[in-house]
Amino acid sequence: MLRYFLKRLGGAIPTLFIIVTVSFLLIRIAPGGPFDQEKSLPPEILANLESAYGLDQPLWVQYARYLRSLLHGDFGPSFRYRDFTVTELIGQGLPVTAEIGITALILALTLGILAGVFAALRQDRPADYTVMTLAVAGIAVPPFVVLPLLGLLFGIRVRWLPVAGWEPGSIRHLILPIVALTLPPLAYVARLTRASFLDVLQRPFIRTAFSMGLPLRIVILRHALRPALIPVAGYLAPAVASIMTGSLVVESIAGLPGVGRYLVQGALNRDYTLVLGMVILYSVVLIGMGLVVDLLYAWLDPRVRFER
Amino acid sequence: MTGSLWGTATRRLLANSGARVSLGIIVTLAMLAVIGPWLNPNRAETLDWSHIAADPGIAHAHWFGTDRLGRDLYVRTLTGARVSMIVGLVASAVSLSIGLMYGAIAGYVGGRTDDVMMRIVEILGGLPLIFFVIFLTVVFGRNEYLLFGSIGAVGWLTLARIVRGQTLSIRRQEYIEAAIASGAGTARIICKHVLPNVIGPVIVYATLTVPQIILLESFLSFLGLGIQEPRASLGTLIAEGAGEMEAAPWILLAPGVFLTTLLVCLNIFGDRLRDAFDAGMRR
Amino acid sequence: MTDDVAPLPTLRIHALEVGYPIAGGTVAAVRGVSLTVGAHECLGVVGESGSGKTQLFMAVMGLLPGGAHVTGSALFQDEEILWLPPDQLNRIRGSKLAMVFQDPMTSLTPHLKIGVQLAEILVHHRGVSWRDAESAALRALDRVHIPDPQRRLKQYPHQLSGGMRQRVMIAMSLLCEPALVIADEPTSALDVSVQARILELLRDLRAETGISIVLISHDLAVVASLADRVVVMYAGRVVESAPTEDLMRKPLHPYSSLLIQCVPDLRRPRAGRMPFVPGQTPGAGEPDRGCAFAPRCPRSTERCASERPALVNVGSGAEVACHHPLL
Repeated sequence: MLRYFLKRLGGAIPTLFIIVTVSFLLIRIAPGGPFDQEKSLPPEILANLESAYGLDQPLWVQYARYLRSLLHGDFGPSFRYRDFTVTELIGQGLPVTAEIGITALILALTLGILAGVFAALRQDRPADYTVMTLAVAGIAVPPFVVLPLLGLLFGIRVRWLPVAGWEPGSIRHLILPIVALTLPPLAYVARLTRASFLDVLQRPFIRTAFSMGLPLRIVILRHALRPALIPVAGYLAPAVASIMTGSLVVESIAGLPGVGRYLVQGALNRDYTLVLGMVILYSVVLIGMGLVVDLLYAWLDPRVRFER
Repeated sequence: MTGSLWGTATRRLLANSGARVSLGIIVTLAMLAVIGPWLNPNRAETLDWSHIAADPGIAHAHWFGTDRLGRDLYVRTLTGARVSMIVGLVASAVSLSIGLMYGAIAGYVGGRTDDVMMRIVEILGGLPLIFFVIFLTVVFGRNEYLLFGSIGAVGWLTLARIVRGQTLSIRRQEYIEAAIASGAGTARIICKHVLPNVIGPVIVYATLTVPQIILLESFLSFLGLGIQEPRASLGTLIAEGAGEMEAAPWILLAPGVFLTTLLVCLNIFGDRLRDAFDAGMRR
Repeated sequence: MTDDVAPLPTLRIHALEVGYPIAGGTVAAVRGVSLTVGAHECLGVVGESGSGKTQLFMAVMGLLPGGAHVTGSALFQDEEILWLPPDQLNRIRGSKLAMVFQDPMTSLTPHLKIGVQLAEILVHHRGVSWRDAESAALRALDRVHIPDPQRRLKQYPHQLSGGMRQRVMIAMSLLCEPALVIADEPTSALDVSVQARILELLRDLRAETGISIVLISHDLAVVASLADRVVVMYAGRVVESAPTEDLMRKPLHPYSSLLIQCVPDLRRPRAGRMPFVPGQTPGAGEPDRGCAFAPRCPRSTERCASERPALVNVGSGAEVACHHPLL
């Protein structure tokens, strides 16, 4: 099993490499440069700036230098926020984004699985229909619509929760953004769990468990749950991707100092290093998620452990 | 066989209350978007300086109120809805055609070509394409062709997979062998025999793709990367509305509720359609 | 004459019907079956697929899906079990009354070790500790002649062969010393050589413990090798019931007779075509007039098409439902 894992890890590195290279090229191909926003600078100062950042070198030299600095864990200086390195910027913003994102993920998984099992056990009864219709709504309506609407309802109409802004250590400010981020993956997990659970309940080994006089509780928890969660494990990586895209908007609407705004802002500002840093960050998270999912599969289905 | 499949599916579908209600709502919203603006004297671009950020009301003919620039929200929302729907349909059509062709070819030709083609689909599916869409859109500017193209580029993957699966099973059937033996060209066989039998699942997934694409477009517009001033789609309007939540909540509510209702109903309808087809095929 | 009181029959089924409501009517899987399984007896139940033999015993075990409509009575050790509430039923199932299923490949939970699947039964029914339960599981594996049981306990089902998995299932059913084990096609998914060994195992276990067995199969040869009595089912009803030897030597119902002829006898040279029973079993949804076998029966008459034959006792423990039995 360790070999299986290492093999997957090994496959991830070329993928990451391709992503970095493609992104690097793309952003360089784009018209414009990082200093376009400045009020028209005299050409000599512009040239100095460019050479200070190494932009006057041929492209492949810049690429090589970038790769080398990456291997040292250095993402380079931000072109836009000149007092900071990309590492520092990401370091400042990541805790906030991570806090919201991870909370949303955990909530989505636990509540989603509970809802799915609940609906499956009451199949075709009113409770089932209610849960599933709510789930469709959750999937259909994206965070960038939900958050403002929630904000309107809870922040303005009823004044319970703050709509925007942030204070260090404050939880109240995070509640609405977390809710907005949690809803779509929660809904998806609920539907997935319900369908998968119903499918597993039809399988012969469940019939065997019942025939042995085991009570419903044990059959569900010990026999049915793990195989039923296999599709949910498969959804983990897309769930994380969905939460990450959601955080792009949620952070900007709610004014949270997270890392999401760096991607869009960075691309708009042609802040090469920042954008590349963000792309690498997101890719690493997703690839890491993929590896976690593989481990999860092995636990959920022992047959996987013995595959060569 | 295809005929009775449609019949069973349609019957089951219309019998389901959820399907009927959501279809009804979708049609109503579509009609509103098309003829709605004509029912109101205001135009989308006219700035009514005497009614800035006005509350909704009948008296001043601003049924949904106005925005910061005095533009009538009723007309603006409905025209925005029009844009969103058109983009949704066109981009869906594009990505579905791509997916259809790609899947049919992969499934029909089979062998290594199929392997390679499906590998590409797998890899693309694994990447967070939204990021690349945002990336590309930002990098290459607000080019509307690019918008269509990149949205379309995201949506074809699932359909390609489904069409390929269907094609693979149809391919093995005898009438295809007969057609090949009688010398019919590949393109002809694909068009005449494969595609008609694959249409069923295509329709089903089309209904589920359209809301996804509308959502993607709204998302991009919301971020400021899609449809921009002076034109607007629902996404752009929602972005505006989000900024004015405190002072003038209706600026958010009109497009927000419209988009939410549209997406939810499209999803419910698509779901019921898929259930009806699944049940039909199982029989 | 010794004064021996006949022991209570282990299972008595009376007029059991199983139906599934569908749009426009009911689909009947079992159309009124009555039979008895005596203490220490092995009853064979034979029939084609669709005869209702499995549905019958799934109903007895309470394993039918929710939409099933069951009427009649099933007395297990003189206690009516068809309408028992789940917690009471669960005290009987798996302990005094157990079932072994046909597909060992899929009938064991793939993500749980064999030891766990065995031990949990004892822990649940007997309240013993996990450690004691695992020792008992070890002994159970031994009893069904699984080599190297210590290692097997820690393995997962997919690591065992089909024959071994079936032995595990048999071991599971025997853990709480049941009075009756229902074996539904226990050998159908296995190779012929493995089949013989499983049947031998069942025979030995029966000799050791004296449990009653219901052996369900579509294969008359399998049933004949083990059963004391045989019940033949067709289209949801019992058509003949007799002691095994009598049935094999002198079947009364035309269907039974055809079934026997279909059993290939490898000892005698085969002359001519292999016999088979022509036609198909009526679907469970089809109308129920007259004898269900009439369309395929070489002896059928007008009377057979319109009047359903009742199951009558013809002496020496045999019953048959036919207007023109082979007497």
